[in-house]
Amino acid sequence: MKSLLEYVGIEPGRLHFSWISSAEATKFQETVVEVTESVKALGPAKHMIKDIRKVA
Amino acid sequence: MEAVAQKIRETAAKLLSEGKVDCVIGYAQGTVPMRDYPYFAYTPEEAQNLTWSPFCCNNLANFLIRRPKGEIGKVAIVAQGCVSRSIVGLIKENQIAREDVYILGVPSPGMVDRRKVQDRFPLKTITEVTVDGEDLVVKGKDFEERIPQKEVRRDNCYTCVQRNPVIVDEMMGEEGPSDWGGNIDAVAAPWEKLEPGERWEAFIDEVDSCIRCYACRDACPLCYCHVCFVDEAMPQWCGKTQDEADVATFHILRAFHCAGRCTDCGACESACPQGIKVRRFTSKIEKDIRELYDYSPGMDLEATPPLSVYRPNDPQEFIK
Repeated sequence: MKSLLEYVGIEPGRLHFSWISSAEATKFQETVVEVTESVKALGPAKHMIKDIRKVA
Repeated sequence: MEAVAQKIRETAAKLLSEGKVDCVIGYAQGTVPMRDYPYFAYTPEEAQNLTWSPFCCNNLANFLIRRPKGEIGKVAIVAQGCVSRSIVGLIKENQIAREDVYILGVPSPGMVDRRKVQDRFPLKTITEVTVDGEDLVVKGKDFEERIPQKEVRRDNCYTCVQRNPVIVDEMMGEEGPSDWGGNIDAVAAPWEKLEPGERWEAFIDEVDSCIRCYACRDACPLCYCHVCFVDEAMPQWCGKTQDEADVATFHILRAFHCAGRCTDCGACESACPQGIKVRRFTSKIEKDIRELYDYSPGMDLEATPPLSVYRPNDPQEFIK
């Protein structure tokens, strides 16, 4: 899925996958920080947005 | 080619008159040139309408499924390489039983892309196209021209790796060479060559003309869900408008549902009334599955589809 979405032009770094156990609090915290930083760095999403004003 | 068609007609008539099958699924000549269509022969007389040509672009495996239980018993089906691979896939997914299908195997001649032929005669009406050896004879009101078939084949037929049927009950003609020699890796997933920033534009440019008719889905033997995700209204997974986001969602998900199952038969691309190259998505997935799992769908009845099992050594670089 990640490979396909990046193939059609979703920026690498916008989509993240992770497997975290409920006992892995540190890993959860670290992953959230990493994901947030990586997505923030890319800026607001430009694709796959449905502009209601345009559609309606 | 005509010899194969004759053999199909004879065998179909024999099977039907002996009562071995209730129906023979094959192709019949279309009412417009280059549009041979799926045909269901229920009697030996109807079997005489069956044909075989380079214009048989539908995947007949599609008609083995979605039929009311018990309505039709055993059926015979005309199958070239890709159709037989789809049948293998359907057997593996428990959609059909091997003993209910009698496979009339045909070596694929490589199907012709009618758009490529039409493009050679802009603004002209083609009234007749016949096959003469390796060439097509294209006739219109005031023109007649020969085109070599190999110049106007469908994209997926150039890179076919399995022209002969994988499983067969009776062969209709000699097995030909197994592939057309094209290199699938060289042409699959064309947008990989683009920079990530350019891909979205190329993608939207391609699907821009999509009218959401779902012909690609309906032509596909893999799409047999009773309610497709695009038809579901509660909840509505995917919007029904022609907005960029909705069209993109449909195409991405349609392709993804075929992951590890698509045999690259090209029926979706042939069915598209807008000429959208929908294989640009499925070929990417087909390539990924081949590279990540070393698997080609439908080649082996015994092989386990990679996405239906977990193996400890499955690639998982994408998971953090």
